[in-house]
Amino acid sequence: MFDSPDLILDYLVSASFLHAAGMTLMITLVSMAWGMLIGLLIALGQEWNRPGLNVLIVAYLWLFRGTPVLFQIIFIFNVLPAMGILFSGFTSAVLALALNEAAYIAEIFRSGIEAVGKGQRTAGRSLGMKNWQVMRHIVLPQALRTVIPPIGNQFLGMLKLSALVSVIGVEDLLLTANQTASANFRYFEALTAAGVFYLAMTTLFMFGQSWLERKVNPRRGNAGATKGKSLTQRLLGMTANTGA
Amino acid sequence: MTHAATAPATTVPPGSAKASAPLLYQVRSLYKSFGTFQALKSIDLTVPTGSTTVLIGPSGSGKSTLLRCLNLLEPINEGSILFNNQEIGTVVRDAYRIRRQVAMVFQNFELFQHLSAVENIMLAPMKVKGVPRLEAHDRALALLEKVRIPDKADSYPDELSGGQQQRVAIARALAMDPMAMLYDEPTSALDPEMIREVLDVMTELSQGGMTSICVTHELAFARRAADQIVFMEQGEVVEARPTEQFFSGTGSPRTRAFLDQILH
Ligand SMILES: Nc1ncnc2c1ncn2[C@@H]1O[C@H](COP(=O)(O)OP(=O)(O)OP(=O)(O)O)[C@@H](O)[C@H]1O
Ligand SMILES: [Mg+2]
Repeated sequence: MFDSPDLILDYLVSASFLHAAGMTLMITLVSMAWGMLIGLLIALGQEWNRPGLNVLIVAYLWLFRGTPVLFQIIFIFNVLPAMGILFSGFTSAVLALALNEAAYIAEIFRSGIEAVGKGQRTAGRSLGMKNWQVMRHIVLPQALRTVIPPIGNQFLGMLKLSALVSVIGVEDLLLTANQTASANFRYFEALTAAGVFYLAMTTLFMFGQSWLERKVNPRRGNAGATKGKSLTQRLLGMTANTGA
Repeated sequence: MTHAATAPATTVPPGSAKASAPLLYQVRSLYKSFGTFQALKSIDLTVPTGSTTVLIGPSGSGKSTLLRCLNLLEPINEGSILFNNQEIGTVVRDAYRIRRQVAMVFQNFELFQHLSAVENIMLAPMKVKGVPRLEAHDRALALLEKVRIPDKADSYPDELSGGQQQRVAIARALAMDPMAMLYDEPTSALDPEMIREVLDVMTELSQGGMTSICVTHELAFARRAADQIVFMEQGEVVEARPTEQFFSGTGSPRTRAFLDQILH
């Protein structure tokens, strides 16, 4: 195994691994973007509180939280074509991951919105703002601060979930590493290279999150002190950190 | 209950300039309930333009609810609210149009936590009235000057004392150029040494002709600034009289019992 480091380095700069890492990153970012958009709409829909809409939302949450995401990926890729709806592997993957993610993001946004005191809305309304203006200029900006940490966790979670798409043949990091290794049985090197890419992206996300937290809350006020976490705290507290 | 028959003009000292002023608010037999609970019963109230009204009464008597109804933050069940000669009690959909003309100050300040003092003041003029940013900014600074904290423009609410926050809240309310200011216990959450600075600002506004309706237990402020005092109990107006008469000790036994209680 004395040539391992060289082989790992080769993999790290190889076109196929770089392409695969790009694919994993793409799936993560695009799924999260759609997941956040749909999740926000669901949260606003719940806030709007119309009976018919509520039923639809509950059905959605029930469906996507009640089944494994792997099931959803395979379903969209394999069952929908039989109904005449044909998606590429990438689109199926992103669709399933985004729809699934939205069900969880909605909950995060909803609790963020509810954490903004009722008095803040009353104050906004008393100034003559319409309900959507109160939501847009007063509630959402404050909710954003509380949802950044849990949404950061979701990004990390999505990066790892994205490995599931290898089952429908999307050439992500895991599938590429696996295929490379099965050609020459150098599992250690191929998987290490994939692991390096995963860790690099995880680290990038964590820096992005702390940058965003500082940007949204630039002051070192009492709010900043409790939320400012070191990288190690983020890593170790990752699963426990569900936000305030 | 003879108090309900009080004619509009008699709630203001006869001969005073405000007695002949047009009425900004004219409330007639207003009823408000939450479910089966009657929070306000047959409220009558007249507020001449430019006058100051102080609302007092025990906890749960409906003072906050009445203020919220005047601002259409709560829909009323029955009765009429004439505001600036316009019936607003039946307005539901366009309530925000009325709220733009009436400002409110809260016990807990309710400054927007994500905005600095000056941004708190600029927000509504910009978003509601479409005032350009620079103009809104200049106006906000002038208002901070008026409430005597020009140096706190860029501070965030959690960097301000309670008294300072409440003065920013007053400036924020004034920025909409309201026809009336509604205060709901504006000094109840403040430490004693900060109550004064807020009351001074309110007194100045009031003496400058701002129509004000204020729920407060600060009787010294009431004596100094109010034209009329309204005493409420259990959702009813027990008594509405000009300030001097109110404190003359000739009021109803219920009023006197309440005054005794908060003075001792
Ligand atoms: N949204 C609501 N739903 C149900 N009941 C309410 C609501 N708001 C107020 N009430 C009830 O109406 C009554 C009057 O409340 P209100 O807040 O107007 O009293 P208040 O005179 O302002 O009292 P305080 O001095 O304690 O502020 C109370 O019994 C209260 O419980
Ligand atoms: Mg109250």
